[in-house]
Amino acid sequence: MDFRLTEDQRALRKGVRELLARLFDREALRAAVDSGGLDRELWRELGAAGFFALRLPEEEGGVGLGLPEAVLLFEEAGRVLLPGPLVATHMAAGSLRGAAEGEVVVTSASEGLVPWLDEADVVLGDVSGAVPMRSVDPLTPLHRVPGLVGPAEVPAAGDGLVAALLTAAEQVGSAGRTTDMAVAYARERTQFGQVIGGFQAVKHLCAGMLVRAELARAAVRAAAVTADPVEIAGTKLLADEAATANARDCLQVHGGMGFTWEADVHLHLKRAWVRAELWLPAARAEEVVAARL
Amino acid sequence: MDLAYSAEEEEFRARLRAWLAAVLPTLPPRPDPLDWPARRAYDCGWQRRLHDAGYADVHWDASPTQRLIFLEETELAGAPYVGANFVGLLHAGPTIAAEGTAAQRERWLPPVLRGDEVWCQGFSEPEAGSDLASLRTKAVRDGDEYVVSGQKIWTSHAEVADWCELLVRTDPTAPKHRGISWLAMPMDAPGVTVRPLRTLAGSTEFAEMFLDEVRIPVGNRVGDENDGWRVTMVTLSFERGTAFVGEVVACRRLLGELARAARENGTWDDPVLRRRLGRLSAEFQALWRLTQANVSEAQATGGVPGAGGSVFKLHYSHARQELYEAAATVLGPDALDLGRDWTLDRLSSLSYTIAAGTSQIQRNIVAERILGLPKGR
Repeated sequence: MDFRLTEDQRALRKGVRELLARLFDREALRAAVDSGGLDRELWRELGAAGFFALRLPEEEGGVGLGLPEAVLLFEEAGRVLLPGPLVATHMAAGSLRGAAEGEVVVTSASEGLVPWLDEADVVLGDVSGAVPMRSVDPLTPLHRVPGLVGPAEVPAAGDGLVAALLTAAEQVGSAGRTTDMAVAYARERTQFGQVIGGFQAVKHLCAGMLVRAELARAAVRAAAVTADPVEIAGTKLLADEAATANARDCLQVHGGMGFTWEADVHLHLKRAWVRAELWLPAARAEEVVAARL
Repeated sequence: MDLAYSAEEEEFRARLRAWLAAVLPTLPPRPDPLDWPARRAYDCGWQRRLHDAGYADVHWDASPTQRLIFLEETELAGAPYVGANFVGLLHAGPTIAAEGTAAQRERWLPPVLRGDEVWCQGFSEPEAGSDLASLRTKAVRDGDEYVVSGQKIWTSHAEVADWCELLVRTDPTAPKHRGISWLAMPMDAPGVTVRPLRTLAGSTEFAEMFLDEVRIPVGNRVGDENDGWRVTMVTLSFERGTAFVGEVVACRRLLGELARAARENGTWDDPVLRRRLGRLSAEFQALWRLTQANVSEAQATGGVPGAGGSVFKLHYSHARQELYEAAATVLGPDALDLGRDWTLDRLSSLSYTIAAGTSQIQRNIVAERILGLPKGR
């Protein structure tokens, strides 16, 4: 047993982080917030870099990697709040022409919600009667599908589970990023003649954030290795908790600045709320795990 | 990201499992938890069997992964835990192994491994708890001996111990971390008085210890004079490493028992309780994965666990307390009955966020050593 990342996996993570820093830096993030649309050029660049084709076999033009590598990729995407229906397009790469290359934008309905419906070229699932919402997340347009909710039981295998796992990986990326943001701010913001990161009240919030992120990260990576349905459900639960609670604590550490539109904290919190409602929200995930007891 | 065990590790597991299946039915009945001499005899008898079967030094010499497998398998099989040998096997022993001279290792380690000698820990004092480095028990050099006077507290197994790993102040003028030494004190030395302390669970788990001009040979010092703080940190990092593996396994089993009890008494029909148990199950599964991550890291970096142990303990201690709160919900009014196992366990669990470094101290460690935030109050 060696649960650490292999050298190749570390190299992959580093490569993706550098790629995303180039393709989607903070300026691009704020521009996306202002425009509200999906950047097709960015989508094609992601396709060219193998983001969607990562798990396709090499003979089909893919990268030939597996779920453990995919969760590293989606963790990085979550860190930078990469927008768009990434999970749905990634999962459609093997079956829908153009998805792997980033030529086609694919979305799917889940838990009565459809993200990016107006921008998508292909929509999976029945979305008749879909009604637009004023989405809380400026980077995720949403439609509500009346009457469509998730199945009562988690499927033993299949797309819904993988989607839940990749979404959980994005949540872990966000939880790690908000921890870094809170720590960076606590080390530079001065009050009472010292940096606030020297006060235990602030330090303990930051330590709690790291604990949540690390626990959820271990869970996501293990679930990617085992692909066990119950382990994935439990992972989604902990990752949702880590992303939402860490964004809340990050906001608290930032004080008044955290409440502004200008700070990025709210973007993490709002996206974390959206991801938490998609693919196995807490109530069902808890029931799925309990059922195995 | 490999969770599969190697052929060699699987063979270790299979051999251990077979041995446990053969030996556990031959153990004597468990002693009365309040009868300390009987508990010592039972725990040392178990250690002797481990020793004779070649498992005695699994906590020190085996690889971290073998240790993980050992703790997992012994817990799954319902084998005894280290009990009275906790300090000898998991604190004092590893410290002597890492920091002692060849003669010291030869004198003290074999009796611990054979289950012949029991150790206790003399670290905390009434005025030195979380702020351990402020300890005041003083040791004054007199020829080849230290003359030691002071008071220690929370000393587990003191009544039945042969040796005490003792922290003393050898230089009262130095900064507090730099005037401390680590001594091995024989518990039968003149001037040692032990008084049991009763816990809120009603048992005498630990004691206070009064030291009145106890004479300890200088040769009993492990590490250099005034270097005891560093020596101690070696010990504490062992405690925060794989020490809880068996307990995570035990918690996962308890969750199964809770679900069974809840299905029997109808509380399972309450979705709030059911979902709470589901969440706890997800948490303990993730804690197991975090343990595997920490063990993998320790295996790669040479064995001494790092601050990752603090991350683990922070969540584990909280989750385990929550587990017994959920158990109380399943039990309902029966949770008030001390005759129920879970009631005593619920009481005992209240120490988990305090012992071995309070959660508040653990958060300081995480914030300062991992996140790089400044030291400060």
